[in-house]
Amino acid sequence: MFGLKKKDSPTAEKSLFDRLCRGLQKTRSGLFAGLDVLFRSSNKIDKSLLEDIETRLLMADLGVESTTNIINSLNGALKRNELNDMDQLMASLRKHMLEQLLPLQQSMELSSTAPKPFVILVVGVNGAGKTTTIGKLTHRYLKQGYKVILAAGDTFRAAAIEQIKVWGAKTNVPVIAQQSGSDAAAVIYDALQSARARGTDIVIADTAGRLHNQSHLMQELKKIRRTISKFDPDLAVEVLLVIDAGTGQNALTQARKFNELIGLTGIALTKLDGTAKGGIVFALANSLDIPIRFIGIGEQLDDLRPFNAEAFIDALLDAET
Amino acid sequence: MFDNLSERLSHVIKELRGQARLTEDNISAAMREVRMALLEADVALPVVQDFIEQVKQQSLGQQVKTSMTPGQVVIKYVHDELIRLMGESNVSLNLNTQPPAVILMAGLQGAGKTTTVAKLGRWLKQQKKSVMTASCDVYRPAAIEQLKVLCEENQLEFFASDNTQTPVDIAVAALQSARTQFMDVLIIDTAGRLHVDDDMMEEIRRLHAALDPSDTLFVVDSMLGQDAVNSASVFNAALPLTGVVLTKVDGDARGGAALSVRHVTGKPILFMGTGEKIDELIPFHPERIASRILGMGDMLSLIEELEQKTDIDKARTLAKKIKKGAGFSLVDFQDQLRQMRNMGGLGSIMDKLPGMQQLPAAAVNQVNDKDMIKLEAIIDSMTIKERKYPAVINGSCKKRIAAGSGTQIQDVNRLLKKFKQMQKMMKKLSKKSGMANMLRGLGGNLPTGFRP
Repeated sequence: MFGLKKKDSPTAEKSLFDRLCRGLQKTRSGLFAGLDVLFRSSNKIDKSLLEDIETRLLMADLGVESTTNIINSLNGALKRNELNDMDQLMASLRKHMLEQLLPLQQSMELSSTAPKPFVILVVGVNGAGKTTTIGKLTHRYLKQGYKVILAAGDTFRAAAIEQIKVWGAKTNVPVIAQQSGSDAAAVIYDALQSARARGTDIVIADTAGRLHNQSHLMQELKKIRRTISKFDPDLAVEVLLVIDAGTGQNALTQARKFNELIGLTGIALTKLDGTAKGGIVFALANSLDIPIRFIGIGEQLDDLRPFNAEAFIDALLDAET
Repeated sequence: MFDNLSERLSHVIKELRGQARLTEDNISAAMREVRMALLEADVALPVVQDFIEQVKQQSLGQQVKTSMTPGQVVIKYVHDELIRLMGESNVSLNLNTQPPAVILMAGLQGAGKTTTVAKLGRWLKQQKKSVMTASCDVYRPAAIEQLKVLCEENQLEFFASDNTQTPVDIAVAALQSARTQFMDVLIIDTAGRLHVDDDMMEEIRRLHAALDPSDTLFVVDSMLGQDAVNSASVFNAALPLTGVVLTKVDGDARGGAALSVRHVTGKPILFMGTGEKIDELIPFHPERIASRILGMGDMLSLIEELEQKTDIDKARTLAKKIKKGAGFSLVDFQDQLRQMRNMGGLGSIMDKLPGMQQLPAAAVNQVNDKDMIKLEAIIDSMTIKERKYPAVINGSCKKRIAAGSGTQIQDVNRLLKKFKQMQKMMKKLSKKSGMANMLRGLGGNLPTGFRP
């Protein structure tokens, strides 16, 4: 019903893959490039080849734990003589990676039973790309025919309200805002009231960037979350954590802390159009059970895509060549 | 910051402490742990390998002096190598050119450039420089507005621009304006850009050519992962960087990016951003950070912060008052609480004390600033008279104060009791004029005692 569940047409699928590949281009030439050359030189899969893979996984930010998991399972397969050539090795790698990521592939859906509006509360550390992601989300839902309202909940950073207002003007969507320094929870409450009065489908609420170890800021976030439930306990709320794909192992701590405090329901991984490989999703998959909803693969309005584990791994491994 | 790396390393080194001498075996076990810790701390793999190799060679090649335990020897080499990796000493900006000295900021999206521009502007203003800032970020919505607001809040000169102009035009006009207004320093903010975006990288090269800056600073997020080396090396190749600013150091990222960026660019880390407030930018001191990584604490930063943030005038009048025997009132107590909070609260202070990494997390978590805020609220709910002469507080006053501050009568009683104890102590101090002596004693002892 949300358009997200619908299978994309084959051409869309193709172009999505192309875009991802383009976005992850450096990854393609980076992650396993030259591995086959290494293989051909010895013509067998041995310890040194696995070590090479380990190095590459570590350098893609998979983290020590996830990397060790993958290498251990490859080692197991090697002992059982299941890996005889590059194709088998790659297939096995792909299988293990997919096993880890597939559970995280759950699209965000508007509940049909919950009262309107559907609330998307966007949280994250400073500079993760929250406001830009909100712009892209707005564009996405407008295209699907929903009515959207934005709440300028970042009342702290200079000109943050202006920034979201520009996005509102660009997408022609009302922005509920108060002046800088006002109470973020109150702004979001206002937006909810206004949305209900206008019969809006979705409220997307911005929040100020905050480091997860600053307890007073995290308490403020808790208050915001409480306020939303107070407005209407039956509201369907998506608490979306925005993570910069360039972030290292700290992303795990971020997700944990935000989750402990306000209960995350989804993650958006941004800035995948650089050379960052976003391997951190494997670490996230290993220790938390929070779906990855979207990935950001560029600066254009439609460069926010639903997370597709298979496409992600294919782009990472570059299965087409 | 770097908390977890400290934990990890101090754990490894604790194990080493029991050993009689360094052998190839126990050293490599320790090094494996160090390697894992560094990787988990997001230090880039090539940098880690280099680091381990250096430390291993040095600690094996050297004779263990009899005055030191093997553990101390390893700590020393890890420590030295960390310092070497992050740059040996604190280098500063190249402001000795014909004014205006131009500082160009560059970095990825969301690194913290605009905030850093304002912080740097304020820092330079404190050094008695006249500073102008300008924003060439015509892409991100309200980016120029953001810098403008920050400058207005901090009385910094701001060169107005809008997003119909080209970045180079803005830069040239800002430089012209800074010249005619005889500014000492012009700081240019730029749009965040990906290092793989060739057009944008070309743009910043043109900006650099047009401005001929005396400093080109690369702003980098301390939370970055392995990819930090890629972006840093591309930026370093495209621009003649003169230094690095490390941001968001107040987070709990292990900060490996700092080591990596320093290693691939070879450029010194000049400053680090330690919070969202405008004054939270401090010069980077590699030896302090290295000590912190090894769990030795960061006493020097703490002392500096104490000096900067405590209100010296207030402290002096308080000292005078107590000396005169005028007594310590609740108003003074409230001032003390406020100053404590200005320092970022107990947590921030504890973070910098040596040995804290070895404390169990549960113990550290027990320290919270809530009690202090409660105390402040109680005092806030008193009348001026009550604050000056707490003796007048009777039962019904207490009831009112408790209701006003949202606390219980017991809390009010507790505060009054605590206050009485403090008052007694202050009286004792004033008798012997002991406070001055005590403070002098502390000041003399701290730095040497805490140096690693």
